[in-house]
Amino acid sequence: MRLEIGNIFIKDVQFGDKTEVKSGTLFVNKDELAKIAGDDERIKSVEVFLARPGESVRIIPVKDVVEPRVKVSGDGGIFPGFMTGVDQVGSGRTHVLKGAAVVTTGKIVGFQEGIIDMKGAGAEYTPFSKTNNVVVKVEPLDDLKQHEHEVVVRLAGFRAANYLGEAGKDVKVDEEKVYETKPILEQVKEYPNLPKVVYAYMLQTQGLLHNTYYYGVDVKQIVPTFMYPTEAFDGAITSGNCVSACDKNPTYVHENSPVITDLFEQHGKTINFLGCVVTNENVTLMDKERSSNMTAKLVEFLGADAAIISEEGFGNPDADLVMNCNKIEGKGVKTCLITDEYAGQDGASQSLADSTPKGDACVTAGNANVVVTLPVMDTVIGYPEVANVIAGGWDGSLNADGSITAEIQVITGATNELGFNYLTAKTV
Amino acid sequence: MSKTRIVHYINQFYAGIGGEDKADVPPEKRDGIVGPGMALSKALEDVAEIVGTVICGDSYFSENEESASKVILDMIKSYDPELVVVGPAFNAGRYGVAAGGVAKLVTENLELPVVGGMYIENPGLEMYKKYGYFVETGNSAATMKKAIPDMVAVIKQVIAGEEVTGYVPKGIRVNFFAEERGSKRAVDMLLKKIKGEEFQTEYPMPVFDRVDPQPAIKDMKKAKIALVSSGGPVPKGNPDHIESSSASKFGKYSLKDIDNFDSSNGETAHGGYDPVYANEDLDRVLPVDVIKEMLKAGEIGSLHDYWYATVGNGTSVANAKKFGKAIAEELKADGVDGVILTST
Repeated sequence: MRLEIGNIFIKDVQFGDKTEVKSGTLFVNKDELAKIAGDDERIKSVEVFLARPGESVRIIPVKDVVEPRVKVSGDGGIFPGFMTGVDQVGSGRTHVLKGAAVVTTGKIVGFQEGIIDMKGAGAEYTPFSKTNNVVVKVEPLDDLKQHEHEVVVRLAGFRAANYLGEAGKDVKVDEEKVYETKPILEQVKEYPNLPKVVYAYMLQTQGLLHNTYYYGVDVKQIVPTFMYPTEAFDGAITSGNCVSACDKNPTYVHENSPVITDLFEQHGKTINFLGCVVTNENVTLMDKERSSNMTAKLVEFLGADAAIISEEGFGNPDADLVMNCNKIEGKGVKTCLITDEYAGQDGASQSLADSTPKGDACVTAGNANVVVTLPVMDTVIGYPEVANVIAGGWDGSLNADGSITAEIQVITGATNELGFNYLTAKTV
Repeated sequence: MSKTRIVHYINQFYAGIGGEDKADVPPEKRDGIVGPGMALSKALEDVAEIVGTVICGDSYFSENEESASKVILDMIKSYDPELVVVGPAFNAGRYGVAAGGVAKLVTENLELPVVGGMYIENPGLEMYKKYGYFVETGNSAATMKKAIPDMVAVIKQVIAGEEVTGYVPKGIRVNFFAEERGSKRAVDMLLKKIKGEEFQTEYPMPVFDRVDPQPAIKDMKKAKIALVSSGGPVPKGNPDHIESSSASKFGKYSLKDIDNFDSSNGETAHGGYDPVYANEDLDRVLPVDVIKEMLKAGEIGSLHDYWYATVGNGTSVANAKKFGKAIAEELKADGVDGVILTST
């Protein structure tokens, strides 16, 4: 499967009469975008705002971040299963508005939604202070239950992103990338002397607002399966969860899946990247056993010498991470894990809820419990008072002057376990 | 550049007051150096000055920790120091605990750096290492000659604001921004592991406590049962404001007037799952309805009057352990035989 990615660098975003990309600026027709994003009878209203890097703007509560992309050629479309049928994606050509993002906000769904600050201490922690954000504020009908509310906002974000992505279809790109994974027997033959690497891609599926989708299927309901890496670049995996903001994987991060990108970087040079095993993080022991068994089986079947295993969330999924590690290492496959830590506000507590001596190669995305004060912003898009209830905040997190004191857990993407961010931790 | 002001904490023995027979002397302060302060002061003369020494008997400190701490803190403060040195305490257990206690006091109240020295098996080190840069020393005062330069090296690094090395790790996880993003670091680490090269994990996996199940209760009809939950079941309105994640406390609530939960008398404080079903009927998280029926039917002997609840979501292991211990002690004191422990 071969995919060309054409990156169009977006350096600014502005409102305009027509939605289009002109010399690095994304112009957005506000009304048209609001109409398309709001095309759902369960939505009461949609408002659109812009938030650019360095501006004194806070977005709270953030539900998802989505990157605008468009299929130029090849099967299917962006976000299969939700927006465009279920053709296999990951081949042909895709254009990306690199540097732009759709951020969804609105009344809080659950507890686990985040904060994006475009400036100040918070901006250093979130990758999305560096993107030109089109903020879509969605208010659903009053009597919607949480899970339906989540669906409504999620789909509005996808519609908004795909609408913006269309603007890049016929634009000359600034950067070309080509990614290719061949069918397994051919792929093994292509680089016979390089170590074969598989990516075990764990997705949050604890249920009750903790879901992730693959081609529109709730991953909780799948048994682990093979994915060509480029499928992710066309939005095959989408977030649908309200896990703590710091380590939930926004859809944007799946579209730019960092481990896949960095493994491709070494593909043909130091490794032979065979593909991905998509697996889940279900809550029952039987599910955990079944999924980790199947994941280890697939990794073995593909003939891997080594594997990267990434986690999503914390606590309960630590058990899945440890099972995957033990079973994949048990097949004689070398592993490297990516997780984050909950070591307490003082950093002195145990970081994980489960542990294995086999997990001797572990990358950490930092301690999510560290407390930070986010300074006052001139503009707040959304509802600042939810700082007192979102995961990582507490009663009193929102200070009288409008600043927020909370754990970095509240910051979208701060301790991303797909390895998208730079934060890490050490023992002193 | 002005010299860094240091206060030195030592015990009665090193102050020359006396040994075990004088271990009950209360805190006192003396301007300038006393005892081992002389060697420290000489080695630090270019960069720092020991402006005062605070002395306390080891027994006095352990027997009057609260009042002694207050006095010692005031004495240290009176010198307006920028750094505090404790010990070295070598393998003297009570001295180590007192020196560590002072390190904690200074860290929590004055937010000043603390440098100390202890033998690796001194119990004070394990208890208090997170509150200071403790240099590993020999096990007796005979090794003073080595301990002083080791401590001096650390003190100089702290004063210079350099990366501090040569101390017993505090065991504290500290965040920083790496040069490469996580995925790239993972690929690099995996490549080294594949090649059999040396690599350094970013998180050494811990060894866990495991709790053995207790023997089964023989006769449930005589047993006193309690309900405890980390699923966040609280009375409607969450009166104690237990946090939705990273809980800092647990609550204790009366079961007297509740036979059955509904949307009017209970809710969940837990932020880790969709609360709709728990808020409709909290019996789904804490089985009060069933246990009350069992009580009426005589299937259990009695029911503890209270339930305990916290939120097990992002809650640190240290806090969870503390809550567990406190709850278990109360349950034990109230003669509870068995607990139904629910989570989510």
